[in-house]
Amino acid sequence: MITGFITAVGGRVVSFAVYVGDVVMLAVETISSVFAHKIRWRLFLQQIVDIGLHSQLVVMITGAFTGAVFAAQTYFQFNKLGMGSAVGAVVSVSICRELGPVLTALMVTGRVGASMSAEIGTMKVTEQIDALRALAVHPIDYLVVPRTLAMMVSMPLLVAEAVAIGIAAGYFVAIFLLEVNGTYYVANMVRWTQMRDIIMALTKAFCFALLIVFISCHKGLTSEEGAVGVGKATTEAVVSASLAVLIFNFFLTMGLNIIFPAGYQ
Amino acid sequence: MIAVRGLTKGIGRQEILRGVDLTVAKGETLVIIGRSGGGKSVLLKHLIGLMQPDAGEIWIDGENIIGLTERKLAAIRLKVGILFQGGALFDSMTVEENIAFPLHEAGERDPKKIEEKVREMLEVIELEGEEKKMPVNLSGGMKKRVGLARSIIRRPSCVLYDEPTSGLDPVVSDSINRLIRRLQKRFGVTSIVVTHDMKSAFHLADHIAYLHEGRIYFYGTAEELEVSTDPLIQDFMLGRSDDNVAKSG
Repeated sequence: MITGFITAVGGRVVSFAVYVGDVVMLAVETISSVFAHKIRWRLFLQQIVDIGLHSQLVVMITGAFTGAVFAAQTYFQFNKLGMGSAVGAVVSVSICRELGPVLTALMVTGRVGASMSAEIGTMKVTEQIDALRALAVHPIDYLVVPRTLAMMVSMPLLVAEAVAIGIAAGYFVAIFLLEVNGTYYVANMVRWTQMRDIIMALTKAFCFALLIVFISCHKGLTSEEGAVGVGKATTEAVVSASLAVLIFNFFLTMGLNIIFPAGYQ
Repeated sequence: MIAVRGLTKGIGRQEILRGVDLTVAKGETLVIIGRSGGGKSVLLKHLIGLMQPDAGEIWIDGENIIGLTERKLAAIRLKVGILFQGGALFDSMTVEENIAFPLHEAGERDPKKIEEKVREMLEVIELEGEEKKMPVNLSGGMKKRVGLARSIIRRPSCVLYDEPTSGLDPVVSDSINRLIRRLQKRFGVTSIVVTHDMKSAFHLADHIAYLHEGRIYFYGTAEELEVSTDPLIQDFMLGRSDDNVAKSG
């Protein structure tokens, strides 16, 4: 029984290590392709539209309501201690360092990661990827590189947008609905929010972009036959990328906090 | 031009190819026949490097393609076109974008030249006026024609056809067979056709190879196949299943 347990756990660990290795190999091949082979700028722009432009509504709503609810909850607690004007600082720093990048990444995973995995998976099971290869076009150059570059550009912009809208929504809720003093609110917010908080948000956005695109494209490229295979690959892409974002976020926070320490210096 | 030596391939526990040996001369048409699931399409995909064998060699124009990386195979793939069973058209592109795709990828930027070549291909496949349609709006036969135009627009010296007439009615099948013949005459390409349609085989073949249980069981001309008294070949040609053989025996 113990042997069976060890074998089962060991098998899972090995297959997970193989999976991580495959995703890393895809990342290495993609990055080397960016420097060694031609970049299809038209596809890159199409992906910018699909990832950046078509995610606007989702990101705006996510940023706005996260900022609004976070401002309200913080106020309900802080006001009891007579610290209502500190809400701005808490909302701003939290949205920059954690909520903005993580929630935007999760929303983009659901919208864009799923779409990438399903599209590439469908191309695989309908032999369109074999057709690309047969026409002497490398699938990584044609499918993965434009998506990777577009994600690297779009994600920091989307996160910046979500952060800005979140802070604005927090301000609106605190000042106009909860009647916090606007002058102190803004003064505290400006005092406690530093450039390093914004750099941290954008750094996380960039890292999450790479995680989402490589996990999603890998799931699509390794999709099994048939509609069931594509559905499974899409689900796995969303689940794996979301978990990777949440887990990686912890390590990024710990690492980046050494370089960009939180709080007033 | 193409030589296959001792090709073996297993998928899972099943041995699909068990030592295939074949030679195809320049300009000739070889038809590979065999039962469904017998490994014909697998063999064809090996010839263009879409699958890697467990053992064996594939020589194309004097170069062994086994073990070449995906990037190195690109040079071979410019010489060999393939028509996939379902056409494998890019479903986000129109007919003309599909046909022009290899030209764009080859770096052709002159829209007039591209338009001219696409029009020539549309004429060859007899689909003039359909260039703005999306693949989803095409019939099975039309998809195969467009797939064929896409695979030959860069003038490969060899074209592989994977079940070009499967799932088509006899009239459309005949038009596809005539199209393949016409391409051979017009561009002088070497052709390898995988099919289980005997009418197509006799119509197209210079030589016929019968793939059975992962090996080439018969190789010869259409006439030699027709007069063969081998019971296995007779059963295949006449479409007799094991049950019928038992009853007639």
